Amino acid sequence: MEILKLAIAEHPFGKNLEPRFLKMLAGGAAHVSFKQDQHIFREGEECDFTFLINSGSVAVDIYSPTKGAITIQTLSDGEVLGWSWLVPPFRKHFDARALEVVHAISIKGQYLRDLCEQDHDFGYELLKRFIGVVANRLQKTRLQLIDIYGDN
Amino acid sequence: MIPQLYSVRQIKQETHDTFTLELDPKDGTKTPSFEAGQFNMLYVFGVGEVPISISSDPTAPKYLMHTTREVGIVTKAMRKLKRGDMIGVRGPYGTHWPIEESAGSDIVIVAGGIGLAPLKPALCHLVARRENYGRVVLLYGTRSPNDILFQKELKQWRADFDLEVYVTVDRAIGSWRGNVGVVTTLIPKAPFDPLSSVALICGPEVMMRYTVQELVRRGVNHGKIHISMERNMKCGIGFCGHCQMEASFVCKDGPVFTYGALENIFGKREV
Repeated sequence: MEILKLAIAEHPFGKNLEPRFLKMLAGGAAHVSFKQDQHIFREGEECDFTFLINSGSVAVDIYSPTKGAITIQTLSDGEVLGWSWLVPPFRKHFDARALEVVHAISIKGQYLRDLCEQDHDFGYELLKRFIGVVANRLQKTRLQLIDIYGDN
Repeated sequence: MIPQLYSVRQIKQETHDTFTLELDPKDGTKTPSFEAGQFNMLYVFGVGEVPISISSDPTAPKYLMHTTREVGIVTKAMRKLKRGDMIGVRGPYGTHWPIEESAGSDIVIVAGGIGLAPLKPALCHLVARRENYGRVVLLYGTRSPNDILFQKELKQWRADFDLEVYVTVDRAIGSWRGNVGVVTTLIPKAPFDPLSSVALICGPEVMMRYTVQELVRRGVNHGKIHISMERNMKCGIGFCGHCQMEASFVCKDGPVFTYGALENIFGKREV
């Protein structure tokens, strides 16, 4: 538990988080690893976990029957993978695949939702952090959409 | 203002829509020296003249190289030239990347799409004088793996010259195992010291705007960020005013500016 608390505190997502919130997060957390090319989750699956990536990189894919896996984003150390645990119906929207060996901290989605309902201070702090992740992804996605390297 | 005659030595297809033109002076003289970041006005006879950055190695200018995308009437006509055909060249014009002046610093190069071409001479210089610089980091973003320019050079710079090269694409299918996302996503984790770094940026203006924001967020000084601007350049020497940006002419006072010099007008719609 203490090791997980420290690991979460060292991850950019957990930086400057109050000790009691770190303890709460650590209560639903575990260290996990994925082999190269292993799927971490697939589109449509129930969103059981969110992941704080410690090392390695992950491809976020959309599967097309004609083109196969289309990678729309890669994530690596210091980033957060998966925020569908926050939004009903709590299903994954994309595939996530380890491009190399990935070490991460997983935190249970249902556990987080329950904690957010029980302790609104915790919930607000967590939502502020996740909205930062979501806003950053949205901004980067918008830049991708405008074909930033074209003749815009 | 009178173009010098050059003959086409070779045209090399770099990607599906980008090619490099290699030129020799027709009179057999030596290729004139130039500074990294400068451009020439290239004149396809009977079609028109366009400004194109020089992409050859300034430390060993065996022949003149220009890398460009086939986008307009002139560049499309240029692509159709054959070995031995003539082309008019005026230049070199404009300001250059501050390579010599940046000795001792970390160098961060951020390129987007065809923007890698005007930065190639700077990279050649850094490679040739590698011992004079700290960390040299190249962050390069492009649409897809098929649009990556200078693939051979990128591999060589990374392997033989201790350059840290990170490439990212907007979308990838198949065997690509590299980064996917816009080039700005590479900046927060790129290995350079922001307080002792000089940044060189070239790409479409939108890309440069967001790149500057990320570099400033990392702590790079405004005066140490250099951007290569593009405007409708016609004369190349500050006479005609086509490329005027407030009090500056991009062809004469640029194309390379410090962000510090432009920050009040950079991204302004009226300019």
